[in-house]
Amino acid sequence: MLIGGALGGLAVEGAGDVSGAVAAFDPYLLRVVRFTLWQAALSTLLSVLPALLVARALSRYPRFPGRGLILQLFAVPLALPAIVVALAVLSLYGRAGYFSGIFSLLGGREWPGIYGISGILVAHVFFNLPLAARLFLEALQTVPSDQWRLASQIGMGSRSAFRLIEWPALRPALPGVAGLVFMLCLTSFTIVLTLGGGPRATTLEVAIYQALRFDFDPARAVALTVLQVVLTFVVVLALTRLGANTTGDANLPVAPRRFLSPSGPERVFDAGLILLSLLFVAGPMAATVMAGLGADLSRLAGESAVRQATATSIALALLSASLSAILSLALVTARRALSLRRRSMAGRLLQQATDSGAGFVLVVPPIVIGAGWFLLLRSHADVFAVAPVMVVTVNAVMAMPFAVRAIRPAYDAASERHEKLCALLGISGWNRLRRIDWPVLRRPLATAFAFAMALSLGDLGVIALFGSDSVQTLPYLLLARMGSYRTEDAAGLALWLGLVCLLLMLAAGRLGKETPT
Amino acid sequence: MSAGAAVELDRAVFSYGAAPLDFDVAFAAGRVTAIMGPSGSGKSTLLNLVAGFETPQAGRVLIGGRDVTTDPPSRRPVSMVFQENNLFAHLSVEDNVGLGRSPSLKLTAADRAAVEEALARTGLAGKQKRLPRELSGGERQRVALARVLVRERPVLLLDEPFASLGPALRHDMLDLVAGLQAERAMTVLFVTHQPEDARRIAEAVVFLEDGKVAAAGQAETFFGGAGPEAFQRYIGSEAASGRSRDVARKRT
Repeated sequence: MLIGGALGGLAVEGAGDVSGAVAAFDPYLLRVVRFTLWQAALSTLLSVLPALLVARALSRYPRFPGRGLILQLFAVPLALPAIVVALAVLSLYGRAGYFSGIFSLLGGREWPGIYGISGILVAHVFFNLPLAARLFLEALQTVPSDQWRLASQIGMGSRSAFRLIEWPALRPALPGVAGLVFMLCLTSFTIVLTLGGGPRATTLEVAIYQALRFDFDPARAVALTVLQVVLTFVVVLALTRLGANTTGDANLPVAPRRFLSPSGPERVFDAGLILLSLLFVAGPMAATVMAGLGADLSRLAGESAVRQATATSIALALLSASLSAILSLALVTARRALSLRRRSMAGRLLQQATDSGAGFVLVVPPIVIGAGWFLLLRSHADVFAVAPVMVVTVNAVMAMPFAVRAIRPAYDAASERHEKLCALLGISGWNRLRRIDWPVLRRPLATAFAFAMALSLGDLGVIALFGSDSVQTLPYLLLARMGSYRTEDAAGLALWLGLVCLLLMLAAGRLGKETPT
Repeated sequence: MSAGAAVELDRAVFSYGAAPLDFDVAFAAGRVTAIMGPSGSGKSTLLNLVAGFETPQAGRVLIGGRDVTTDPPSRRPVSMVFQENNLFAHLSVEDNVGLGRSPSLKLTAADRAAVEEALARTGLAGKQKRLPRELSGGERQRVALARVLVRERPVLLLDEPFASLGPALRHDMLDLVAGLQAERAMTVLFVTHQPEDARRIAEAVVFLEDGKVAAAGQAETFFGGAGPEAFQRYIGSEAASGRSRDVARKRT
């Protein structure tokens, strides 16, 4: 939140240059805004609708071999850095991709590649379809098994089961899920940067980056940033009115037993649906692995630039994750303390502020915060010298919504049980932290830490602005190799980066699942 | 050593935002007083005011003649046992009791001896190293009582601590409380829904209704049929629907 506040500085900075900022509102800008909204809307539609069907199909067969595996696979995109996915999409559907031969044959002419809106859409759907499907599945699993028992007793067909049981469970989740997906697509930076390919398919985020790094037009950057903030803010406001929850969850409860047995054709349809989505999700992952293995991995591993980038990435991610965990813990603690002091009106307002504070971070994407600081610092210091600090802090704040989500339930439950007891026995301060809170929070904190670290490792937004030859992270290096058409190197790096992030996410999931007794 | 101290609420006013609660009542030192009344009449709030979890908006709380209105819970001469969550789940029986002596668990040899003795007195000898989840519901409350013993505070507040135990077990626990009270002469305020529990160990009864003390007096008078009318009504409806009410309460 402190960083979000400092972003106000960017507005101040830009205010002195109002005329320039106003001048920046030209037709090109309008087109950028329109494209930003358009691609986000399309991506949402293409992710959410199939996700509904896939979730329904998955929920209808609570146990078939491989179901658990599919669900785990669906959690993987959450872990993969966007740049890795972008590369995978290119190596699958790109001009020189694995499928280009087939596509050329089918189309009757040479496959033009997937740059532009189609590439963006494919990548966004890859990220968000599994996420949405998991969230919908979660919603479907809240249907008590008694309802299914009842439905089978009165011989309810699958159509009326959908209308009377499944849809009422899905509908409340719909605005939230769609909203989350829309937000993620609206603020997506890496995908658009790498797959957009040209001014026709540019979003605000990428335009900000270009204004700062290539054109060096601060006034324009300010205008774009303000627009982006306003846009996202409006969307979030609309979403919160719809009751959306802007944070995602990585774990699923166990599926309840189902008592309706679908008919033959439905089974085939559902199976096909699941298989199709599986292929769509697994494809880019397989491509990453295949292309990555094709690269000269041993040479890459020996390269000092790669080693240095790895070391930098890990060091920054470690710092960022620590910071994120500490900040989140502080936020959670403060929030709880406020909710206990229920009487004061100001307290309630503050509590709401901390609640939405974490959600607000999602509104203000890293590139915007980065841009704000970039503009602010440009006149006072060497922008590239502060790169590590910026990357650490901005990524830490970015991971906070997820970290808070991991920590808060455990902390609130523990506090519920312990608050009075601690007050009665006079356990407070360091004693309380060491004896009472730490044993309970160790695991959720580790989860938050691993999650934050994975996010920070994969982030390209901030480093794209602040990166230079002296400070390079893995995603930055990856982008550089892509830019100079060293695709094989890029593929190798992508495999490496993707693996590290995946391992971290798996660790986070495992830590989160085993509840302390 | 922890001879009882009188507890007094001197026109203590407290409100959650809805109807204000207004307590003006004194509890004699060294006695067991049952606090009874319908749900929502303010029984738990009364205990919370004495314990310091809530602060009255007006009026005073006096313990042993001292004004403790603004003291934090740990500085008041009281121990409290709740219906549940009396123990830290990740700490052993020993440590849970030891926390009653030192919040940092830095225990002297004398402290350890006291913990040992309290565990023996509450029938938990040999279970020092167990974790709360390895204990039965009754045993957990015994641990809480053992902690009360090592804390040696003159006032004991019991907020329906045995409500989730079966009848026989409840009687055992009540007898244990009565025994401890006889040894230490603590002032005990005991919130309960069960007339028979109150009858078993309480010498005095305070009956609450709508956030006020509706009646107070000797237990014999109350249960001898000479109690105030509101109390008779409360007890009567209790007796009539005793069993079903017991079941219904479990859900809350």
